[in-house]
Amino acid sequence: MAKIIVVTSGKGGVGKTTTSSAISTGLALRGHKTAVIDFDIGLRNLDLIMNCERRVVYDFVNVINGDATLKQALIKDKRCENLFILPASQTRDKDALTKEGVEKVLNELKEMDFEYIICDSPAGIEHGAFMALYFADEAVVVANPEVSSVRDSDRILGILQSKSRKAEQGENVVEHLLITRYDPARVARGEMLGVADVEEILATKLLGVIPECQSVLKASNQGVPVIHDNESKAGKAYADAVARLTGEQVEHRFLTPEHKSLFQRLFRRSA
Amino acid sequence: MSLFDYFSRKKNNTASIAKERLQVIVAHERRQNKQPDYLAALQKDIMEVIKKYVDIDIDNIEVQLDNHGNFSVLELNVTLPDKLPAAKAGNSR
Repeated sequence: MAKIIVVTSGKGGVGKTTTSSAISTGLALRGHKTAVIDFDIGLRNLDLIMNCERRVVYDFVNVINGDATLKQALIKDKRCENLFILPASQTRDKDALTKEGVEKVLNELKEMDFEYIICDSPAGIEHGAFMALYFADEAVVVANPEVSSVRDSDRILGILQSKSRKAEQGENVVEHLLITRYDPARVARGEMLGVADVEEILATKLLGVIPECQSVLKASNQGVPVIHDNESKAGKAYADAVARLTGEQVEHRFLTPEHKSLFQRLFRRSA
Repeated sequence: MSLFDYFSRKKNNTASIAKERLQVIVAHERRQNKQPDYLAALQKDIMEVIKKYVDIDIDNIEVQLDNHGNFSVLELNVTLPDKLPAAKAGNSR
């Protein structure tokens, strides 16, 4: 039975698409047949992050409208055997996603024996974001350790608890908190909210902490999901998070600042 | 961290300010979001009634529903204009 996981945040620019690409790739690398759907109608970007932008022929809305079959629209990832991407449409019609249409596509994916369906939500709490979360069994709420992001995450958690299909049926969407762009050195200096602070405010179980890392931009420049960069901290942290998502117990890493020499401490060059 | 940072760090703990501000706003918004949909309409109707007698502004009326286990308290807070010396603020439950 396929598990539907929405990657959402409320606020834009916190790393939803980066996370969707990393998590879907990570699940596929672990041998799970995974589909990742871009719900950001009008502003598709998942295709670019996953380096399949030039292979898009049909999109999510084409499938909903019956202009193409799901098989025609799904793009097979070139690096990962078990990974398929369903790109968003570039239409400006915001209501192109209907509840019935989205449900039809999700059901069809389930029939195709997908184990995981990752829904990459657009920012905001409008129609597209609502469609992305409505059918979710689980949610990965992406937050930066910063006031506006944490507040918006709380709003999204409230919507998951009240407006999702699970909520309507009296059940709970399983929620996971993923903190991205974390800078342990700034946390140590009291300049940034710590993991415990964000966890406490949102009262949501921590899935992972992705440290601020140059590898993320390098990865998006090339269209290679950062989880493939298994030398980088962000890549390792995403791999850990995916393992936890599948039920493994993995210790959190990169939560404390790296040790610096006394020389570096005293004569830090100003940025 | 430079030597200067070391001595000034106590003063610059902005993260704790962020945490306090977030705790307040998140608690407030959760309370608001939990309120039933009819509360806004109820607030509007109550205001119309009060307006018949006293000239008040919509911002000066606050309706809140608090849940305490198996009972709820509907709290109405109406700030009457200063012109009326007898009643500055009425609080009825």
